Amino acid sequence: MPLAIAVCVKRVPDTAADKILDPDDFTLDRDSVEAILGPVDEVAVEEALRLKEAHGGEVTVVTAGPEGALVKAARKALSMGCDRAIHLTDPALHGSDALAVAYALSMVLAGRPFDLILCGSESTDARTSLVPPALAEFLGLPGLMAAKVVTVDGAAVRIHRERDNGYDVIEAAMPAVIGVNWGANEPRYPSFKGIQTAKGKPVEVLGVAEAGIDAARVGLEGSQSRVLGVAARASARRTIVVDNKAGDAHIKLADFLQEEHFI
Amino acid sequence: MAADVWVVIDHERGAVSRVSLQLLTAARALAAGTGGQAVALFAGPGWEQAGPVVARYGPGTVLVWAGEEAVEFQTAPLVAMVAGLVADRQPWGVLFASVPLGKEVAARVAARLGAGVLADVTGITIEGGAPVAEHPAFGGAVVVRKTLRAGPFLICLKPNAVPAVEAAAATPGSPAEEMVTVALPEAARRARVVERVDTSGAGRPAVDQAPVVVSGGRGLQDPANFALVEALADALDGGVGASRAAVDAGWYPHAAQVGQTGKTVSPQLYIAVGISGAIQHRAGMQTAKTIVAINKDPDSPIFALADFGVVGDLFDVVPKLTEEILRRKAQR
Ligand SMILES: Cc1cc2nc3c(=O)[nH]c(=O)nc-3n(C[C@H](O)[C@H](O)[C@H](O)COP(=O)(O)OP(=O)(O)OC[C@H]3O[C@@H](n4cnc5c(N)ncnc54)[C@H](O)[C@@H]3O)c2cc1C
Ligand SMILES: Cc1cc2nc3c(=O)[nH]c(=O)nc-3n(C[C@H](O)[C@H](O)[C@H](O)COP(=O)(O)OP(=O)(O)OC[C@H]3O[C@@H](n4cnc5c(N)ncnc54)[C@H](O)[C@@H]3O)c2cc1C
Repeated sequence: MPLAIAVCVKRVPDTAADKILDPDDFTLDRDSVEAILGPVDEVAVEEALRLKEAHGGEVTVVTAGPEGALVKAARKALSMGCDRAIHLTDPALHGSDALAVAYALSMVLAGRPFDLILCGSESTDARTSLVPPALAEFLGLPGLMAAKVVTVDGAAVRIHRERDNGYDVIEAAMPAVIGVNWGANEPRYPSFKGIQTAKGKPVEVLGVAEAGIDAARVGLEGSQSRVLGVAARASARRTIVVDNKAGDAHIKLADFLQEEHFI
Repeated sequence: MAADVWVVIDHERGAVSRVSLQLLTAARALAAGTGGQAVALFAGPGWEQAGPVVARYGPGTVLVWAGEEAVEFQTAPLVAMVAGLVADRQPWGVLFASVPLGKEVAARVAARLGAGVLADVTGITIEGGAPVAEHPAFGGAVVVRKTLRAGPFLICLKPNAVPAVEAAAATPGSPAEEMVTVALPEAARRARVVERVDTSGAGRPAVDQAPVVVSGGRGLQDPANFALVEALADALDGGVGASRAAVDAGWYPHAAQVGQTGKTVSPQLYIAVGISGAIQHRAGMQTAKTIVAINKDPDSPIFALADFGVVGDLFDVVPKLTEEILRRKAQR
């Protein structure tokens, strides 16, 4: 049975770049940093493409955010092999918290006949990992999170949910929302042909009104959570360094650990 | 119950995790500010085992839903329990463990109730009746202060953010115990746990909950050498972590990976063995209280954030250190 798959991706700042928060509203100043497709989202995209290759069907990449979300995140997913994109973009979304983002995405996805909605299990910037389960709830669907292995068999989807000492095998009837963990696969690099054809793939651009989103439930004002301030974290490390040339570093380290009450 | 502070107990068939005890301690402190009591919520089998442990941390009341159903259908039953009881009894707020399961349940409860969630919190105070939470963000480089506009205040507290402290003997002995049942609609029965597979590390604390974490990196050179890291971790009753290089090489499971695309840990003590300290690794451990590094390269970036660094060959230092720790422990 061919699968209709949606994969949600977020544009995130490259870690190596300095992140700067807007001093006025404490949102991320997205113009000041190099942006990339979220590394965990790349794994979700790869998983979607593999499911499509195994079962047939189509992969739609969905992203919410300003222009750069499309340029940096969705285009990369298209060049990896996704078939089409939906870009939700509207100034009214600025400052939305994780629950508001999940609500907005749910309005875009609701009513479309997707069998599977894949997400990265967490972004690499704010990393709340609230969006995928909240999205599942808003859509009234089962949410299968922390997935290391995803397989589809007939009308059912099965995942291995990663735990500290092993994993749980969880099964649900589709449709379902899946949060894909880092390490589930090794994402492919876009081919030259992929990059060329990505430019011609269909992109559906939606605003808040077209998607049927209640503007009072998104944006800075519509979000329940609110950032009050940001401060550099004070971290005074003692930076004691001992060389093991004399072969007694383990004694000095044991002394340190004992003074700190770890022994 | 409007001033009460609830705690969703994280446990494995009655074996209560350490973070649950920290949550109960935090709830007691918050309840003193809201004028209510700490209330523990427990779902699933194992209350006989968990009850006495939970009681020592002083909740005024416990709400217990026993039975297999609570775990068979994965997270949906817990969501139904928490959302239903919160809507019904309107507590001040609910504390969840900021671990994957706790955050998942909190997110779904929030979406169901139209509430918000404060995630990855390391400290909470109350201002004007509402929580003000701290969240070390962007790999621990900054601390964000955040709040919620309205209750119920759903808050995910990171493991080791507060120490677990038993309630003073002066507080009344055992909490009021109320058994509850939750009607599970069909929608809550759609995802089912069909198998449970235990692979590794059984008996050691989970890397994101352990008060002491010993992590190994590429410097270990061979998967068999993780035994050195495990032995040191065991000597300190700690958990085991790994760098991405070690995980990618297949030496250790991804569940143990620390960093930007792994776990974020804030233990009391973090020991990095043969790890260079790349920015993506630091993003997962920078907020540890005390950091120790063992690395043969004096120019390794890990030393810049270590409280105590040893420049030396790990194959020499680590076994001797483990032996020395065990020797000192045996003397006491
Ligand atoms: C320091 C800081 C702290 C914050 N704390 C909170 C908080 O406690 N509570 C809260 O509600 N919000 C919080 N936010 C806001 C929140 O991070 C943003 O709303 C963000 O856009 C979504 O959350 P996330 O990055 O944590 O996503 P996660 O939930 O970690 O993302 C997981 C997956 O969801 C999908 N996804 C996420 N965003 C999008 C998108 N825009 N388009 C398509 N798919 C997407 C992707 O597949 C992604 O991999 C915080 C923001 C900052 C900067
Ligand atoms: C998108 C993205 C996400 C990433 N996410 C993560 C993440 O979550 N976690 C993570 O850890 N990394 C992550 N990385 C990878 C990160 O950039 C580094 O490559 C990785 O952390 C290196 O691991 P390492 O320190 O074990 O290996 P190396 O950098 O190779 O360091 C090995 C160290 O061992 C020392 N050493 C060697 N032999 C000995 C000896 N005998 N005795 C003592 N010391 C010795 C060396 O001096 C060296 O410092 C990510 C990278 C990217 C691009």
